[in-house]
Amino acid sequence: MIESDVFVQALENLGVNFFTGVPDSLLGGIIEELLTRKLYTPAVREDEAVAMAAGAYMAGKVSAVLMQNSGLGTALNTLISLNMIYRQPCILLVSWRGFEGKDAPEHLVMGETMPQLLDTMRIPHRTLSEPTMMDDLRWVGQTVMKQRIPVALLIKKGIIKGLHP
Amino acid sequence: MRPEQGTMQSRAQAMAALLELLTDQPVIICNGFPSREAHKLADRPTHFYMIGSMGNAPAIALGVALSKPGKQVIVFDGDGNVLMGMGTLATVGALKPKNFIHVVFDNEVYGSTGNQPTISNVVQLEKVARAAGYVNVERVLDRDDLVYEFKDMLKKDGPSMLLVKVNEFVEDAGRVALEPPAITARFMNAIE
Repeated sequence: MIESDVFVQALENLGVNFFTGVPDSLLGGIIEELLTRKLYTPAVREDEAVAMAAGAYMAGKVSAVLMQNSGLGTALNTLISLNMIYRQPCILLVSWRGFEGKDAPEHLVMGETMPQLLDTMRIPHRTLSEPTMMDDLRWVGQTVMKQRIPVALLIKKGIIKGLHP
Repeated sequence: MRPEQGTMQSRAQAMAALLELLTDQPVIICNGFPSREAHKLADRPTHFYMIGSMGNAPAIALGVALSKPGKQVIVFDGDGNVLMGMGTLATVGALKPKNFIHVVFDNEVYGSTGNQPTISNVVQLEKVARAAGYVNVERVLDRDDLVYEFKDMLKKDGPSMLLVKVNEFVEDAGRVALEPPAITARFMNAIE
């Protein structure tokens, strides 16, 4: 498993300096590390987080938004009617709840359909794995700056060490 | 006229009075007619015209305000927008950015879609902002009070909300002529 501080440091090395989002248990370790580093601005809804990140981007920051994949539904309109059409890059760190149907019922439909949903929205995405972490992050950084739209890195259970091992 | 008795200003008149008091501050303007009217009244590179993402104007402004603490950031918002993104009042109230002024033009209707009623005639949005933690909150009806309170808020530490009751009149203003990516690029340059 990837240590949360290693992951956060890699994002900082990539230049990311504005983090916001809405928590998920799979992202708990990352958010704890971001809070320790005083880098995290909590939001109350995922669309708000995405809009706040857009404002920070326009003010010179490199921004990332953390969310559970259910939040993609909440943030959908903002992602397409703000980021996509205004060309505002944003790194989305999305936990993949409901992966392979092993989760609570409310996560199952999004867990199964998320890759298609992202494809339909034309949001480039990749799934994080421990051996490819540096390459995954490089790809995210390059894609987000080249295309100037949101790019998603999907994080499954057990990839990054969380609050509960 | 639905809004409170004594309200004589249109949103465009109120907006024009505020724009006269602003120079190079970043201004985030909500979607619908407010963006079109601001664009027609005074198009400045420091204006960000939000054309979609209803409810998100104060969140965009909050991102700017947190990243540029030396600049006073203004939001031109509407009652329908505030109701849709009401959670952001709590985020602003909790984070307390001093450089944040939230102007709400309250006409009690969704004016851009045909004047369907909102619920701001029942729910006083400035009281919600106050409860959420905004530091300065004012509700104004006429132009003199509007100008006085806005000047005062420009001098004070925020976050502040100025709710101005306006009538339903809509200025004859076309869509914002700039393409969205050009709005982003121009705004970024202007507030650098």
